Amino acid sequence: MRVTFTVNGRRQEADDVWEGESLLYVLRERMGLPGSKNACEQGECGSCTVRLDGVPVCACLVAAGQVQDREVVTVEGLADFAKERDTGAAGPGTDPGAAQRWQPRPAGPATELSPVQQAFVDAGAVQCGFCTPGLLVAADELLERNAQPTDADIREALSGNLCRCTGYEKILDAVRLAAARTGTEA
Amino acid sequence: MGVTRTPTPTTQGSETTGGIGESTLRPDGVLKTTGEFAYASDLWHEDMLWGHTLRSPHAHAEIVSLDVSRALAQPGVYAVLTYDDLPTDVRHYGLEIQDTPVLAHGRVRHHGEPVALVAADHPETARRAAAKIRVEYRQLPVVVDEATATAPDAPLIHEGRTDHHSGHVPHPNVVHRQPIVRGDADAAARRADVIVTGDYEVGMQDQAFLGPESGLAVPAEDGGVDLYIATQWLHADLRQIAPVLGLPEEKVRMTLSGVGGAFGGREDLSMQIHACLLALRTGKPVKMVYNRFESFFGHVHRHPATLHYEHGATRDGKITHMRCRIVLDGGAYASSSPAVVGNASSLSAGPYVIDDVDIEALALYTNNPPCGAMRGFGAVQACFAYEAQMDKLAAALGMDPVEFRRLNAMSQGAVMPTGQVVDSPAPVAELLRRVKAMPMPPEREWESAGGGVDVRALPGGLSNTTHGEGVVRGVGYAVGIKNVGFSEGFDDYSTARVRLEVIAGEPVATVHTAMAEVGQGGVTVHAQIARTELGVTQVTIDPADTRVGSAGSTSASRQTYVTGGAVRHTCQAVRERVLELGRAKLGTHHPAWATAELLLESGKVVTDDGEVLAGLAEVLGDEAIDIEREWRHRPTEPFDLRTGQGRGHVQYSFAAHRAVVDVDTELGLVKVVELACAQDVGKALNPLSVVGQIQGGTTQGLGLAVMEEILVSDRATVRNPSFTDYLIPTILDTPPIPVDVLELADDHAPYGLRGVGEAPTLSSTPAVVAAIRAATGLALRRVPVRPENLTGT
Repeated sequence: MRVTFTVNGRRQEADDVWEGESLLYVLRERMGLPGSKNACEQGECGSCTVRLDGVPVCACLVAAGQVQDREVVTVEGLADFAKERDTGAAGPGTDPGAAQRWQPRPAGPATELSPVQQAFVDAGAVQCGFCTPGLLVAADELLERNAQPTDADIREALSGNLCRCTGYEKILDAVRLAAARTGTEA
Repeated sequence: MGVTRTPTPTTQGSETTGGIGESTLRPDGVLKTTGEFAYASDLWHEDMLWGHTLRSPHAHAEIVSLDVSRALAQPGVYAVLTYDDLPTDVRHYGLEIQDTPVLAHGRVRHHGEPVALVAADHPETARRAAAKIRVEYRQLPVVVDEATATAPDAPLIHEGRTDHHSGHVPHPNVVHRQPIVRGDADAAARRADVIVTGDYEVGMQDQAFLGPESGLAVPAEDGGVDLYIATQWLHADLRQIAPVLGLPEEKVRMTLSGVGGAFGGREDLSMQIHACLLALRTGKPVKMVYNRFESFFGHVHRHPATLHYEHGATRDGKITHMRCRIVLDGGAYASSSPAVVGNASSLSAGPYVIDDVDIEALALYTNNPPCGAMRGFGAVQACFAYEAQMDKLAAALGMDPVEFRRLNAMSQGAVMPTGQVVDSPAPVAELLRRVKAMPMPPEREWESAGGGVDVRALPGGLSNTTHGEGVVRGVGYAVGIKNVGFSEGFDDYSTARVRLEVIAGEPVATVHTAMAEVGQGGVTVHAQIARTELGVTQVTIDPADTRVGSAGSTSASRQTYVTGGAVRHTCQAVRERVLELGRAKLGTHHPAWATAELLLESGKVVTDDGEVLAGLAEVLGDEAIDIEREWRHRPTEPFDLRTGQGRGHVQYSFAAHRAVVDVDTELGLVKVVELACAQDVGKALNPLSVVGQIQGGTTQGLGLAVMEEILVSDRATVRNPSFTDYLIPTILDTPPIPVDVLELADDHAPYGLRGVGEAPTLSSTPAVVAAIRAATGLALRRVPVRPENLTGT
């Protein structure tokens, strides 16, 4: 089947999608967007968390057909998504051609990060980094609806995202840092 | 007890920013937050196929027949391989003992053992084709524990053993046995005023790294193969892969791809050989990615253990002796079981002064899942038992458990049960003092919001199972000792290649090692070392691959010590070369070239008085200095097979924990309120990463204490291979983890550093259980502690 939906602000089409394929498979294997990770395929670990019409979901539990005509934001679009939210302007989105030709590129000063991404780097919240994309999407959504969360709020919001490396302390630090920085700027 | 020594002074590079001792940020951090960092499971190649593994549903069975014709006939399938298709007569592999079949031959020895491989154009096609392979099994009796493994009629897991341990083990189903005898435990026991004994059990823990096993094998025109892989040690993989493929090692080119955690679970091969076989057979690139279910079968686990301990003490609180027997279940294949036995036995007395010991540790072959390396490696199991014993002894003597431990704590100069002298700081008593002195978390925090109850601060959390009724607080302490580096005479070296050149007028260092970055931050530290040693700002870390010499394993808390040591050693050689060049080119310009101690600082050659002699650009010109060197720490020696005596370990590391728990005694639910840690790290090369390691290790110990266990049925099949049924701590299960880092330099180690990663995983578990015991008064001799252990239901 063909599935047409919006990914990171761009209209995308996927052809020959098998009915059993998940949104996660389509993003990773057909759209060239491997940022969302597959670590359990059961909705337990949160590594594949994306926004679906604004709501954080596990992309592994969403059948590809369910996203027809809907909007998806992945970690690859997080910086643009946050920028658009902050400025009210439309972000450039991810070019589908570029996404298909995806290659890792060295990070340079040109890499623009959202506040929560920058805070994860600065606070040491990234070790192996496999849980990071899902946590970033979840944390960004938390800060969108609650700009000054308590520790209990952060723990509740991120309780669906497993991390095996950090013991979560630096992740809490990162979310607190992102909240503090955003609060300062406001 | 104030042992006060400052870390090794660093003169070279002390003016350089971003050098050692600073919390510089990860070079891969940005890519890991944008989703662009390429993990092994993210790799993609034009025309690539997907590999899939058919695994045994039984723990022990004879393969009566195997028919792949229906799978081969399925459209989209390019190859189906079984044992008979293996290209050479090297058909087994293994870290220490080559006992693991690449594909099962006539018999499977554990649930999930690989039987056949499929390559197809879509992962689902490969899965469905694998399901069409007809395998007829005849089930065999299973060996599951010491009694069944050593019974007179026990089936032998491996017949006709010829490995280097087979000659000294008491039974062919014992992989390795290590006794350690020192002093006279019988005589010492007669001096004891109290004697306590205990039987303890540790369940089978899984590494549960988040990035599943995966890799991409690409056949090359020269008949070789390029393998992009998530592993812990490229060269050990290579040594095992190449002979099975029938290729010389130089035709198997391995490159590390992004690794989503490891914790020991990637020491053994998983899909490496399988993907290469399929790629070479089909002539197409083959990607293999395990899902979580398969991952539970795709790697070894932490050895479950039964431990019997006896300790005695005099009335004034001095330990007289210790006897113990530790039985580790190694499962169907050896993996690193012999080394785990070495660790469990040699570290079984803990960080205490005990002159008279009688120790035995062994690992079994059974039909249970194979077990091998996991963070803590044999020391975790022992620590749970000896720390429970310390609390029992203190209680029997009416002493405070921390004071009792401090009274018996080892310090520098102590002698291990193996006879090895601990010849660097061992601040065990100080760590206990520090962790006890940390401020206590508030009581009844669920009431602190005022008025209502915040159930998130209670056992059971948002399940809303209590508002404080039946909730009892407990506090517990533990301390542990872990070795750093590979032990028992292993040639535990590493290699680094460092290039220094001027690019666009600026000196740039490039560091190339085969170190597996698995998340620990080795790449961060290598850049810091290069900045410090070469006085440069710009450092490039090349991808890890097999074009450079071995770095050894990212295991045993060893990489900062050993590959960090190799990077430093090679940088020093590069620095010498810079100074040689400078003397040759510019020596006549200034007498200090010949007479002064010269340093590299901020891109310049300076005297130790700070006078600038030349810029690196001026010294190097167009020349690039490019040096590859190996580096070794002090050698170790094997443990004597009868007495266990021997200078077996490189270095020891120590951590202590204090756990505070609230237990809902009616429902048996535990909330760990705080888990404080004090650890000596010698020298924190990157303080932010050090704390991150300690908090991560602590949390894995918490998981073992109250959550994590692979459950095995009475037919030795795995019952819970998923994150729905195998639970690891979430952010709600994990408490605040305040960390107190002590830095007492080890003069034998680079910069005085001490391996960090594993020690916190040891003492975390017994501290939590001690706290639950304090809250409930229950004996709790087994981890993980389950609700029914607390309610008696």
